[in-house]
Parts: sequence; structure tokens; C-alpha cells
Amino acid sequence: MTLIRPDERGRFGEFGGRFAPETLMPALLELEAAFEAAWSDPSFHAELRHLLRDFVGRPTPVYRADRLSQELGLDLWFKREDLAHTGAHKINNTVGQALLAKRMGKPRIIAETGAGQHGVATATACALLGIECAVYMGATDIERQALNVYRMRLLGCEVIPVTKGPGTLKDAVSEAMRDWVATVETTHYIIGSVVGPHPFPWMVREFQKVIGEELQEQMDGGDSGRPRPDVIVACVGGGSNAMGIFYPYAGSSVRLVGVEAAGHGLETGEHGASLVAGSPGVIHGSRTYLLQDDAGQVLEAHSVSAGLDYPGVGPEHANFKDRGIAEYVSITDAEAMEAFHLLSRTEGIIPALETAHALAWVANERDDLAGKTVVINLSGRGDKDVQQVAALDE
Amino acid sequence: MSETATTPLGALLGKAQRSGGAVLLPYMTAGLPGPETSLDMFRAMADAGADGFEVGIPYSDPLMDGPTIHEAGLRALDAGTSLDGALRLLEAVVTTTGKPSVVMTYVNPVLRVGVGEFAKRAAAAGASGVILADLPAEEADHFQAAFADAGLGLVLFVAPTTGDERLAAVAAAQPLFLYGVAELGVTGERTDASSRAGELAARVRAVTDVPLVLGVGISTPDHAAQAAAVADGVIVGSALVRRVLDAPDAPSAASSLHQAVADLAAAVHSTRS
Repeated sequence: MTLIRPDERGRFGEFGGRFAPETLMPALLELEAAFEAAWSDPSFHAELRHLLRDFVGRPTPVYRADRLSQELGLDLWFKREDLAHTGAHKINNTVGQALLAKRMGKPRIIAETGAGQHGVATATACALLGIECAVYMGATDIERQALNVYRMRLLGCEVIPVTKGPGTLKDAVSEAMRDWVATVETTHYIIGSVVGPHPFPWMVREFQKVIGEELQEQMDGGDSGRPRPDVIVACVGGGSNAMGIFYPYAGSSVRLVGVEAAGHGLETGEHGASLVAGSPGVIHGSRTYLLQDDAGQVLEAHSVSAGLDYPGVGPEHANFKDRGIAEYVSITDAEAMEAFHLLSRTEGIIPALETAHALAWVANERDDLAGKTVVINLSGRGDKDVQQVAALDE
Repeated sequence: MSETATTPLGALLGKAQRSGGAVLLPYMTAGLPGPETSLDMFRAMADAGADGFEVGIPYSDPLMDGPTIHEAGLRALDAGTSLDGALRLLEAVVTTTGKPSVVMTYVNPVLRVGVGEFAKRAAAAGASGVILADLPAEEADHFQAAFADAGLGLVLFVAPTTGDERLAAVAAAQPLFLYGVAELGVTGERTDASSRAGELAARVRAVTDVPLVLGVGISTPDHAAQAAAVADGVIVGSALVRRVLDAPDAPSAASSLHQAVADLAAAVHSTRS
């Protein structure tokens, strides 16, 4: 497997690249060079390791879900990213990129957010390192994720509402990129997933692969006293938690399953399943699978979970799909809601709605998975979704 | 040998360059204010002294465009403007006004029909070249080759952030012209004239004789005159598009455009010796 890094054009096979306005190109090249230098610098790793351990709380535990295992008839484990500081895996990337921005001398950081988890994680890293922070968030998402909006403000971050388009993650990414085109000389853009122009998909994967690397040690089938996984399942919006846990296992015998949002059902056209139901094209700076019409106009995605409500996906996932390294499936809003309740009741863990998609797939496939050791990346906790779920349940 | 001389717009820019003057190339989104009235906008601008046009094919997610052109694109799409509709308009613009024109859009709509097929259709419509706002030089080779096969030039960008070495490399690709980004930021109107366009133009001049056209943030005749003093062409977009978006009907949009372009053209052409 030659998956270590994309080629010099930032491609993963046919996917990736840098389809960005010229104004940003020098910054992308500078960022690539700065990341390469930092990533080969032991002092950068030492600082990051220290923050991940003492500030974020890594390594996150793996947990055997005994009651659900019994109920579903399989050996089910969770990688507890919900226990990381701020309640999701997003913090792994934002602490890394904020450290990098500081190293590059950028006094301001911007980000986009869908569910608000990446926004909170960015605001947190900026507060930690004393960097000015602004987060773009769709007006629709601001409404359905009020708790996270308030958290960002508490952390000293400016939340900028995006009213163009349907007011979800896609629009927030576009507005953050427009800000960056104007402010690139003094601002670093912390993109929240393995998406965007090179070097972002590669860099974000490198910051997130700690999830899978920890899992390899925690479930090594030997000294750890825990079995090796047969199957690893993760939800996929842009795909950062999935890439983080998949990457160290790519090319191994472990089955990797990415779960996209089928929204109201693939047949309705109202979903966020870019890999399952989309086609290749260019969105937000990279060539990947996306939801588009016959004329190449980007379609609006739909998902009950703001974090999966995105019409594109990381280019490395597109490559994994085409090369058969991972498989991609989809779960509807209704199935995810059911899994949200199942996990809350059975294990005492209220998951993020995004994460509930992964569990829903496992529950659906329980017969095929019988007796197998299955690990779900429990990418985030669900406090942020409680109000929305309460409203939907009524 | 540059392709610039072989297309009508290339010839026009070459002439401006030799005479020390500059040309005015207004941008307008195709299909505004409606499919039937869009051509009238271009005729009004041609009558008022525009030298050529940038015809925008609307795209849902225009990363390089500010609120005005974004809004224009969404309205045009809502009104049913398709790629073929936009190219038919461009053909009518070139035929009826006699002004050379380039297509401006983003990479994804081009990939969707296929780069070669897009080039063929754009060339058949009479375009001189193509501007893709999210296509940097690093990704351009395949596009430029397909466009050249169809007799079209590719426009490449240089920005205030583009360093000298990179600038020379972009120019060495021999684009139809260099689109000089006059302001950091996306398209849109600005109050003040660019403080960085002059410096960018001087750096371009130092390394290449590929024509330079300045755009982004150029809103008033005063800005346009300053840009024309240092470049071979000037693009004005948002300030004109806004007039069409704000007009109560097509005839008033056309007359508003006529007046604005007449003032801009006078400012740009005053630099001619």
C-alpha cells in the first residue's frame, strides 16, 4: 500500500488536487511546506502529544458494549471519541492545526461548522493558544444547534451566520473560503474535515489518524487482552472521523465500513450520500464524489444530522471507494433516530446523531455480523442534539 | 508563439498593448435579467463603448464571487439558464455586437460535460477563451490543451499574493491573458481603488509580454482609469451586475448599464494615446 501521502499534485488516485482561486494558491503551498516541516519536527510532535494527552484527554478508551453486544448478537466495541475534550474527535485536528497556525505566525483563525462540533473545537483550540477566532455557520444550523453556538461564544469566538443558500454546512464552507481569499495573509483556515484543496485532506487525516493508531494498540488481539477488530464502522459526512480510524487499517484484512446519511431515503433525492449516490466532480477545491445535477450544479444535501448534511466527501474516501479499500453504505434519518434511542437506553451513552448512523447500520446488519468483533467509532456525544431530538419525537 | 494573436480577443488585447491603451471588458451573468432579455444587456453595453465581454455561465457555488455575482448566478439558474443557453447567448452577443467574448465559469460544470466537449461547444459559439475561477496553473495543463485544440485560449490568474517566481511560471504557460486580481478577496464593489494593482502590474510587466487584464473590486470610472493606466484591459463585474439585479425591468436595466458603461469606457479609453 502506498498510501503514505498524496502525489505532488495532492491526488489520491484520481481524486483530490487543488482547484482553488489563485489568490489562495500561495497560501496552500506555504501551508503544505509548513505542515511538512512541522510533521518532521520532533518538537512539534512533543507539543502536540502533550496537548492531546493533558488537554484533550487522549488516548480515548475503547469500551465493550456488553448489553448491546448481547442484544445484537455480536462482539461490539466503541472507540470513545465522545470522551475527548469538547465531546468529539474534531479537537484532534483543531489542536494540531492551531499549533501549526501559531508556528506560521498567523494571528487569526477561521473555520466552518455544521453541527457546531468543529466550531467548538476550533474555538477551544484558539482560546487555548490565544488566537483570534471566527466561525462561519449556516443560519439553519445555528437554529438547530443553539447549544454549540453559545459554547463558541463563551469561548470568545465570533459566530458568523451564513444566510446564502439553505444555510447548512456547504454554505458555511463556501463563506469561510471567501473570507480566506480576502484575509489569507494574516489568517489560517482550519477546515473541519478531510475535504478541501490539498494539503487539507492529507493534513487533517494525519491529525486524525491517532484514533486508529490508538485502536491498533488497544485491540491488538494479544497483550491488550482485547481481540482484533473484524469490522470497523464510522459515519461519513466529510469523513474525518472515519478516515482517522480507517487509515491505519487500510489495506489490512479488517473490513472498513463508512456510513453516509440517506436522509429521507436515497430515492427521494434528499440525502447526503455523496459516495453511495453521487458522482465525481469538483467541490470546495478538490475532485471527489459529490451530489450534482446533469449540468454540474451542486445539489443541496439533506440529513437530520447537521454534520452529515454535506454534498461532498473527502477525496481519499473517494479513492478508498474506487479501490475497494473501504465500503460505503447509507442510513436514513429514521433509522439513525432509532439507533440514537437504542444506544441511550441500552448503554447509557447519548451519541451524536452523526454517530447514530454508524450504530444503525450495525443494528441492521446484525445477522451478517453475528459473532464478529465490530468497532464503532463513537465520534461524538449527543448533548448538542437533545433539543432537536426532543422536538422531532413530539 | 502565444495563442493570444489567433483569437479575436487576443488580437484586440495585442492591439491595445501596442498602442499603450486599454480595453473595457464588462462581466455579465448570462440569463439576466431573464433568458429573453439577456442579450439586450450586452447590446446596451456594446453601444456604450464596451470592447469585449466576459459572459458568466451561472454556477451554484461560486467560491471566487461575492454576494452580487453569487445572487446573479442563483437568479439566472432559477430562471432556467443552462450551459447551452449561456453559450447560445454568447454566440448572439458575438454576432450582433461584433465584440470578442470569453466564457467565465467554474471547473465543475466544465468537467460535467467533459473538457473536450465543452471546448468544442464554446468554440462553436464563437468564444475566444475560457476563464475558470477555481483553476490554478497547477491543474490547468489538461484544460489548456483541450481548449487549444478547439482554438480557444485559457485565462490564468495572478494575484497580489502570487510571488515573482510563481508569476513567471504562470505567464510561461502563455495564457490568452493574465487576469490580475486587483484586490485580495472575492468579486464585489469596493469604495477605494486598489492599492496593490499597480505593484502587481509592475511585477507582471517585468517578466512577460502576455496581456494583463485587471479585475476584482473595480467599481467606478475612477478605479477603472487607474487600472487602465497600468494594464491592457479592465474587467468590471459586480458594479454592473448590481444594476441589473436592482432594476425594476429589463429596459431600465439596459439604460442603467448603458450609462455606467459609457462612463467606464470613457475613463478606460482616456488612457489611449
